[in-house]
Amino acid sequence: MAELDTSSGGGHKKGPGVKKGKKLSTRIDLTPMVDLGFLLITFFMFTTTLAKPKTMEINMPYKDEKLTDDQKNKLKASVAFTVLLSKNHRVYYYEGIGDDANKAPDLKVTGFKAKDGIRDAIIAKKKMVEGLKRSGALTAKDEMTVLIKPDTTSTYSDLVNMLDEMNINDVKVYAIIDISDVEQGFIKETEAASGVQ
Amino acid sequence: MPKAKLPRKSTNIDMTAMCDVAFLLLTFFMLATKFKPEEPVVVKTPSSISEIPLPDVDIMLLTVDEKGRIFFSIDNKLKRKALIDDVDAERQLGLSEAQKNAFALGGSVGISFSQLKSYLDLRPDEQAETGKSAAGIPVDTSVLSPNNELAQWVKSARNTNPKLRICIKADGDASYPNVKKIISTLEGWKIFKFNLITNLKAVPAGTAAYEAKNKVAASE
Repeated sequence: MAELDTSSGGGHKKGPGVKKGKKLSTRIDLTPMVDLGFLLITFFMFTTTLAKPKTMEINMPYKDEKLTDDQKNKLKASVAFTVLLSKNHRVYYYEGIGDDANKAPDLKVTGFKAKDGIRDAIIAKKKMVEGLKRSGALTAKDEMTVLIKPDTTSTYSDLVNMLDEMNINDVKVYAIIDISDVEQGFIKETEAASGVQ
Repeated sequence: MPKAKLPRKSTNIDMTAMCDVAFLLLTFFMLATKFKPEEPVVVKTPSSISEIPLPDVDIMLLTVDEKGRIFFSIDNKLKRKALIDDVDAERQLGLSEAQKNAFALGGSVGISFSQLKSYLDLRPDEQAETGKSAAGIPVDTSVLSPNNELAQWVKSARNTNPKLRICIKADGDASYPNVKKIISTLEGWKIFKFNLITNLKAVPAGTAAYEAKNKVAASE
């Protein structure tokens, strides 16, 4: 093995006047070296970042002040699905755009949960849009569009969760839009009606 | 009956083999390691199913902590000098050459322009300490507002390196208006595509993404 054994001295005989040096074994105790090796391994294991962080790409809608209202694409109310993110990770949603201030949309409240959460609502809406496409009420170009409107009390994790739901449910068209005062009002009304703080 | 005599064996073990293994592993970790970049604040990023890895080079990292403080950094040490020259020229900060070099060697900054001069005079360890309690880079909803210092940083960084990819690493508990300010600043510079850094989580079963993923796996 790696150890050299020189104890069986095979060197030439020295003369009688030459003092024999005491033969030392060349066996070294490797234990401290192993200790050091493992210490360094531990250090590198803890400092290393083997898993690279993952990222999520988002594309914001192109904004240009010069664009007039006629040039903008109009969204059909039947494909639109509006999601309002509010405090305590609550999610309000309704179908349509909700631009009519006089007629409040039917706001439903849910959250990010596995069952009966926002995901089921999105899937249901998606099925409905598919059905409308098949029946010819919508053209093949129409896609379900989710409008994500985080309010001022929502957190960044709500936004990321919502964007993640878009990826999970394969919603191709979605946009992050500022919440309108009308919709803030809707949330307040719903909160007051259901008595949540 | 005579007792069976067990030969007494030495307790010395040959450590050579173990030593070999230890150093083999050590070499592996030393070569595979890439040190975690120094972070000014601890940020708990939310999870998503996205599997796009963070690019290696040309990243502009905007860190947002749970209180909404913004820290700015770019990865390329060589470009940092050009960046601070650009910022200095545009904002008339009057930084000395030594202060600029201190910036080039430093990490993330989360400090306003008015305090930047005195901040860069500190020793690196003091800088890290001050950085932790810094107020973050001031930001505003309008990109043209003079208070929007983040806009200046982003603009100068893109002047020095147009290939920069912008990554936002925000804490899950950061409130949306703080993140919104960054997004509107980026939109103000006509940047509509950027990355959000997230942790990886498993794709929930029975969803469209789950089926798409399994379909790819099955066809392979």
